Amino acid sequence: MRLLEVKGLQKFFPIRKGFLKREVGQVRAVDDVSFHVERGETLSLVGESGCGKTTTARCILRALTPTAGQILFRGSTGPVVDVTRLSKAQLRPLRRQMQMIFQDPFSSLNPRRTLFDIVAEPLVANKIGTRQEQVERVAELLRMVGLRPEYIRRYPHAFSGGQRQRIGIARALALNPSLIVADEPVSALDVSVQAQILNLMLALQKQLGLTYLFVAHDLSVVKHVSDRVAVMYVGRIVEMADTQRLFATPKHPYTEALLSAVPKPDPRLRAQRIVLEGDVADAANPPSGCYFHPRCRYAQDVCRTETPRLEEIAPGHFVSCHRARELTLRGVSG
Amino acid sequence: MEGNPPPILSVRELKTYFFPDEGTVRAVDGASFDLYARKTLGIVGESGCGKSVTAKSILRIVERPGRVVGGSILLRRESGNGQPTELDLAQLDPEGPEMRQIRGGDIGLVFQEPMTSFSPVHTIGNQMIETIRLHHGVTEHQARERAVEILHLVGIPNPERRIDEFAFQLSGGLRQRAMIAMALSCGPRILIADEPTTALDVTTQAQILDLLRHLQEREGMTIILITHNLGVVAEMCDEVVVMYLGRVVEQGPVDAIFHAPKHPYTQALLRSIPSIHATVRTELPTIAGSIPHPYNRPAGCPFYPRCPDFMPGTCDRNEPSLRSVGDGQDVSCFLYQPA
Repeated sequence: MRLLEVKGLQKFFPIRKGFLKREVGQVRAVDDVSFHVERGETLSLVGESGCGKTTTARCILRALTPTAGQILFRGSTGPVVDVTRLSKAQLRPLRRQMQMIFQDPFSSLNPRRTLFDIVAEPLVANKIGTRQEQVERVAELLRMVGLRPEYIRRYPHAFSGGQRQRIGIARALALNPSLIVADEPVSALDVSVQAQILNLMLALQKQLGLTYLFVAHDLSVVKHVSDRVAVMYVGRIVEMADTQRLFATPKHPYTEALLSAVPKPDPRLRAQRIVLEGDVADAANPPSGCYFHPRCRYAQDVCRTETPRLEEIAPGHFVSCHRARELTLRGVSG
Repeated sequence: MEGNPPPILSVRELKTYFFPDEGTVRAVDGASFDLYARKTLGIVGESGCGKSVTAKSILRIVERPGRVVGGSILLRRESGNGQPTELDLAQLDPEGPEMRQIRGGDIGLVFQEPMTSFSPVHTIGNQMIETIRLHHGVTEHQARERAVEILHLVGIPNPERRIDEFAFQLSGGLRQRAMIAMALSCGPRILIADEPTTALDVTTQAQILDLLRHLQEREGMTIILITHNLGVVAEMCDEVVVMYLGRVVEQGPVDAIFHAPKHPYTQALLRSIPSIHATVRTELPTIAGSIPHPYNRPAGCPFYPRCPDFMPGTCDRNEPSLRSVGDGQDVSCFLYQPA
């Protein structure tokens, strides 16, 4: 069953200039993005900085109001609602069901508040339970994320990066949400700690039936946690498929280049990497046709003039490339 | 095969401690390694292992309250008459003229964050021209020509125009190229790159790694690459030094480190990294616990509280030393040496 369905999502930011702050252009941060997330699965949004993955996630949580499009959310109770059309008051009950895990465990926890204050905040804000019940719930949450309940009176500075990220996860779980949006949850952590947090997230998903929307740039991490992956480039999804399929047989040249650019931890695999020329296109002034064509080694005339559409070339495998059906691209094994 | 040439930089028992009011932090505590000409040496480890402080110690730019308190840093260089001389950087005055000449002149440094490493109020060109003139005593015009040449070398398009831009006008990738150009402006033989690609996207990272490789091939550059990313190490390095809590726990040729790691930490670290070749949605093996706080450094081997092969009575009492296990691979672990 679909927990979340995003249809034609757009988010444009105005570019203002001059004394009168007149609008002189728009950054098309997210431009016609559509996807869905099944209950209990993990969908990852991947791409490089500026591709719109975080903006998409923030629109879903209504931390940003989208310019256009629909975000349909089917809560545990009640009918399907369009998140984009709700008023602030209407959003409140919905927010209990969608929570976020942040990237930086150092700046996302208030240093002046104890662990109890931090983890219980969603309960207090929503007036759930008595003080005693809140203490019990926080202790239970801390145990769930692998922290000792005795730490309840301590402040964040006493914890390492990995432990802080566990605190952030405990806070996100406080209200029994169905959807967790995790924006780069392990990219600020040390390698040996990354693995612990990824394992914890997988275990919690199994235990609590959580649905994850995972935003990340690290494809190795993405491979470890995702059921399906959507690759974004300059505000659009260029390819989406189940994880195994996307990694083994990518159909978009950008996905191929991304996979090949990941440094492999094996000196015997020093590959002939595909090194893309130039920089990511500017979302305020994107190129004509396919946004990727100036950096694409398979580009033809049609790519310069016509914008490709996201098409389903095999069941569940969506690609936005004129040449998707004819190209044989290099993936990674395993 | 010719005989092994002597290393151009030898670090021996380097100790750099910090003395804040709360106590002593032994950030680098007896690190030793050699750097050979035209090779890339990787220094890997997690936060707090002392890899960046090692780089800063070599350049003698450790900030207070830190200080190089022991060991030697021998730099081998050609003197005027063609005879090689050895200079111990650990003995030099960090503020003295000799050290100033070595910084930039012999050893260039590339930082992790190019945005904060450039002055926001001076153009890229002005900053490069200043260093070139300081080191070579050439005219402004000559220095500018040299700067354009280097910007071209690092692959910045339209260097004649870009030289007059500010760092904030460049994209992340170009800014890191400019940073490398800056480090190269005075023609150093050794380039220390401290997490040069950590702040970059993967496709940009691939471009910068390619650039470093080309610089090595074309210009004969010797590189010390400091990173936490084992993938970058595997792709770039000839030799690898693995550090943990200020000590070198293992070092050796890159193939041995990745295919025959000896130290339990190296083994665990390699197992725990998410791999793009892994099966979808599998649990990763982890290293128990977390890196100890520098004030609570364990006695004996610094890794013993997290080590799967911990031998009570040995590892928590004595400190192992770096010993050879053959083929240029050294390990500091009691599994391979008598206690």
